[in-house]
Amino acid sequence: MPSAPEIALKAVDKMPGFPKSVQQVLQLTANINCSPKDLVNVIKLDPVFTMRILKIVNSPFVGLAQKVTSIHQASVFLGINTIKNLALSLATIGALPRTNKAGFDMTGFWLHSLAVAAIARRLAERLGVDRNSLTDYFSAGLLHDIGKGVFALYLPLEFKKALALAINGTRLFSAESQAIGINHAEIGALVAAKWGLPKALTQSIADHHAPLAQRFDLTDCVFAADQASKILAYGNAGETVVEPFPAPLAERFGAELHELLDAMPDLGEEMEKSRIFVQA
Amino acid sequence: MQLTFWGVRGSIPSPGSETVKYGGNTTCLEILTDHGHRIIIDAGSGIRPLGLKLARSMPLTCALFITHTHWDHIQGLPFFVPLFVPKNSLTIYGAADPVTFGSVKDILSVQLEYRYFPVREAELKADISAQTLREGQDVRIGDATVTPILLNHPVLNFGYKIQCNGKSLFFTGDHEQYSNIYAPEDEDYDEYEKAISEKKNAVVEFIRGVDVLVADAQYTTAEYATKVGWGHSTFDQCVALAKDANVKRLFLTHHEPTRPDSELDAILAQLHAANADAGLDIELAVEGNSIIC
Repeated sequence: MPSAPEIALKAVDKMPGFPKSVQQVLQLTANINCSPKDLVNVIKLDPVFTMRILKIVNSPFVGLAQKVTSIHQASVFLGINTIKNLALSLATIGALPRTNKAGFDMTGFWLHSLAVAAIARRLAERLGVDRNSLTDYFSAGLLHDIGKGVFALYLPLEFKKALALAINGTRLFSAESQAIGINHAEIGALVAAKWGLPKALTQSIADHHAPLAQRFDLTDCVFAADQASKILAYGNAGETVVEPFPAPLAERFGAELHELLDAMPDLGEEMEKSRIFVQA
Repeated sequence: MQLTFWGVRGSIPSPGSETVKYGGNTTCLEILTDHGHRIIIDAGSGIRPLGLKLARSMPLTCALFITHTHWDHIQGLPFFVPLFVPKNSLTIYGAADPVTFGSVKDILSVQLEYRYFPVREAELKADISAQTLREGQDVRIGDATVTPILLNHPVLNFGYKIQCNGKSLFFTGDHEQYSNIYAPEDEDYDEYEKAISEKKNAVVEFIRGVDVLVADAQYTTAEYATKVGWGHSTFDQCVALAKDANVKRLFLTHHEPTRPDSELDAILAQLHAANADAGLDIELAVEGNSIIC
């Protein structure tokens, strides 16, 4: 009998993208004059497309001289046409089902991922992170909860139990450990490691509930963004408890969480655009 | 090293009275190292006459580096006579394909499928092997070292640097200058620009100071306006690249198939006039010509 992580790790290789992105990729690539910008804008907002393309770009099979952390970098290194064809080949395997046996709201999950991605990127800007690295923060935010998507799809009954426990007050990651034997951060990091994603990205997925373990900016920004998105209730990934904001983090950002949010007045507009994209 | 151009045409072989001077065969370069080791880059239709020449000195060993797998860079391979003769040895090197997960070995296998060619791969008599390269991986061929770098084309394309006893040569294969997919007013413009500039700098540093640069210059600046994304550079972009990389001798190749000799002559004259003081020797690649570097 294979263990839960074994089942998930085996199945995840075939994980399709979100229906909306799959449809957009198929539509855009059917046009010979497809705008590279439009295509990249679809891919970089979809956690599955992003993760799978980063997997391929970073694989020893492709053998790039350096690790690639964002879809922008991937399109510079491999060329737009190769990215287009990679996206198309991923799109043709199908799309995530609109419902799953876990009863997990995939649209809410996607919106939450997008919110954390956008906020993590803004926090990185605030920390003075080099402009070229900002998309790493977006990618990390987009992928931090990928483990939940994996659970919903490939271990749905166990995940349903975990979600039920979480409603009754247990933290979701603890509930997952109880019901599945591994939590979403751990399975997400296992997938990222198996797929050869850059170490910092893998680490930020692993530690997004324990931000001070490694003191990485990437992890800290994702943690803070995760809490912020819950306060603002952008999307929902089965977990609504806002974690306390540790003092060293407040010191690092030079502000408390609510102050950080006050400094992003136009975030609502960006989230509204995501909502339209995801739900249209 | 001695470099010989066996094919200098882009896209498709272009025989006829208007391409006699520069040549109509597609891409194939032969490099003979100081100690006589043979490196071939690309197997366009130019590899056929090269094979006929080599057939006079068999058995032989040669290394074939494929820049990328578009037809005009592989179409001559099934007509490369040494493949059919026992005791010859050929190693094919190139990039992997991330979309189909195809390897370098597949290039020949696919071309020799029975629908497309009468001889099966198993019937080739030479000792043929294939090796998929990683970017930056040095391959030692006798007294020379060949190193690939990934450039910009609609399929993965390696530019190759060949170094031999203090001399060096770089061939781009097919390469289009990097361009930003965002407009300057877009939020992501600066970030994309940064990713591009890092890659561009890496390419310039990789090429810096080579004795000879052979570059894809399929288009004029005016033509390029309608060919963005097709994977080729302009004459002016290649000249700029040579200047940036402090290269002293530039050969422009991958001539547009519809371009007659007279037009290439005129373009070369313009390039010479515009870059008279650049300290850069600009030449057009001519099929059959050899140079020593």
